Amino acid sequence: MPPIIQLEKIHKTYRNGDMAVHAVRGVDLQIEKGEFVAVMGASGSGKSTLMNILGCLDQPSEGRYLLDGIDVSRLGRDELAEIRNRKLGFVFQGFNLLSRTTAIENIELPMFYSRPPLRGRERRERANKALQLVGLGPRGDHHPNQLSGGQQQRVAIARALVMQPALLLADEPTGNLDSRTSIEIMGAFQELNEQGITIAMVTHELDVAHYARRTVIMRDGLILTDKPVESRLDAKVELKRLEATHTQTLTPSG
Amino acid sequence: MIFFVTLRIALRALKRNLLRTLLTMLGIIIGVAAVIAMVSIGNGAKAMVEAQIASLGQNVIMVFSGNFSRGGVGMGFGSMSSLTADDYAGLQKEVPEVSAVSPEVRTGAQVTFGNQNLSTSILGVSVDYIEIRSWPLAGGANFTDQDVRNANKVALIGSTTAKTLFGDGDPVGQIIRIKNVPFAVVGLLGTKGISMMGSDQDDVLIIPYTSAMRRLAGVTSFRSFTIQARGPQTMAAAQEQIRDLLRQKHRLPPARDDDFTVRTQQEISDTATSTSNVMKWLLLSVACVSLLVGGIGVMNIMLVSVTERTREIGIRMAVGAKGRDVLVQFLIESIVLSLIGGLLGIILGVVSSKVVSGLMNWPTLISPEWIFIAFGVSALVGIGFGYYPAHKAAQLDPIESLRYE
Repeated sequence: MPPIIQLEKIHKTYRNGDMAVHAVRGVDLQIEKGEFVAVMGASGSGKSTLMNILGCLDQPSEGRYLLDGIDVSRLGRDELAEIRNRKLGFVFQGFNLLSRTTAIENIELPMFYSRPPLRGRERRERANKALQLVGLGPRGDHHPNQLSGGQQQRVAIARALVMQPALLLADEPTGNLDSRTSIEIMGAFQELNEQGITIAMVTHELDVAHYARRTVIMRDGLILTDKPVESRLDAKVELKRLEATHTQTLTPSG
Repeated sequence: MIFFVTLRIALRALKRNLLRTLLTMLGIIIGVAAVIAMVSIGNGAKAMVEAQIASLGQNVIMVFSGNFSRGGVGMGFGSMSSLTADDYAGLQKEVPEVSAVSPEVRTGAQVTFGNQNLSTSILGVSVDYIEIRSWPLAGGANFTDQDVRNANKVALIGSTTAKTLFGDGDPVGQIIRIKNVPFAVVGLLGTKGISMMGSDQDDVLIIPYTSAMRRLAGVTSFRSFTIQARGPQTMAAAQEQIRDLLRQKHRLPPARDDDFTVRTQQEISDTATSTSNVMKWLLLSVACVSLLVGGIGVMNIMLVSVTERTREIGIRMAVGAKGRDVLVQFLIESIVLSLIGGLLGIILGVVSSKVVSGLMNWPTLISPEWIFIAFGVSALVGIGFGYYPAHKAAQLDPIESLRYE
């Protein structure tokens, strides 16, 4: 079986007037099915650019990118949009839900753009299923501003999963969340990963990266290290520990 | 993307800024309302003129004594009395394209019945006259050829004149006095309405032309001929034949101008309608300018909307919307905006033309085709002025848009 992602000598150069900025300068990367990869790096390391290329939002200047066996490195705007729709699910730092639109309608959004378009009832069924999957079953008719940050991110995850993508891409998924909610979201990622969903996540937080199975650290547009996570964190355990510390601080010792 | 969902998204987006939407629509509303009202009023005026032209009769050609195109009457001697009984006989027998002719003698006179009296116009004509002018009788009968031959003292009475003299009573069979000469009323004419010149055509007494010439006016020539051609296609031929005949009868050498004027109904109506047409196009162009301004308003607000919703566009693109999907979404929004504006404009236009016709007593005629045109034009305004903003939205870079605050 081919890897979900295969990057071969990927370069990305931005032209800024006369200056050429080499954001990514020759990255080789393979992600197999069922992996949970955290991409780390300081700002300016090229991780965002790499993420945009992985997410088919941008094209590499050089190199080859095979996504689920399809060479997407030379596709046009519309073809990339179709690939994003069929193969990728996005989770963003700022949730990026449509306000004034219910959770269910947000989750349905990718299905409006699928070819052939899905019928209304099937859209609703699949959206509901995705909502169940992230544990938000009864809140489908809530608007984003009626939901907590963690709940909004769950809606975003449900939207990312509703088209059953080959890869779930998360860009700083815990950046706007408190530590407890961050662990909850990581727990959701770990559960999904155990069900076989491939996840690539960009983060700059080391402890968040420890929930993944593998970390890729970037610097100056190149991969510095690429290794499996030792002492991997389990979100369930961490959540219990957090609760324990809470109880300790709240209960006066006596 | 699915059409109805797109439509719902558009409606929701428009409802979000209701006041802004309404203000934007206002330009379209006023433009469309102006078009509808202008066309309705213009059509009403045109229909009125056409009704007046039609009241002349079918395929009617008028021959007047004197030459209008040479500075009116008074050129050459005898120009006012150029139309003779000989011409009449010639027109009846020698012109193949003419199916009926009536000479016309006109005079004003005092008419009395009992203690009622009024001054009205007396029209001396032949038996064919009311037939040519499609002027039905409301009662009694037309006078006969014999009445004409003998210059009998018989009259057809116009509805206005009858009303004044007899009130609601039946005028047929009564004896009236015209310039103190007793005339028997044999027929009551149907109502014909206001003429193009603005006079009441029913304020009239129609009598045999012989009676008018000998007993009342004391003239020997006719003021005009009212002629019916055989059909609408042969009007021009008939006109030419009449002209040739009259020139020959009047022994006019080729260098001399006509001492008479031949006018077809068409020419008369053309003159009348051209004025109202000029007015109509003038008002329509004003209405179009206002539609243009409305369209610019639509474009302006759509550009604002695209900028405001950059992030939304980014999200949609990230989950798989193609440029075309975004284009269609914004295009539908601007079309819906201007179509609703157009619809409200149509309603406003219809209502205001009704009000105008009610208050100012102008006839208005609302034409369904112009309602369709107005609707179509507002859709075109939506497409035309919405395309650029929609295209701009479709060209946005998803990465930039997602980062947009």
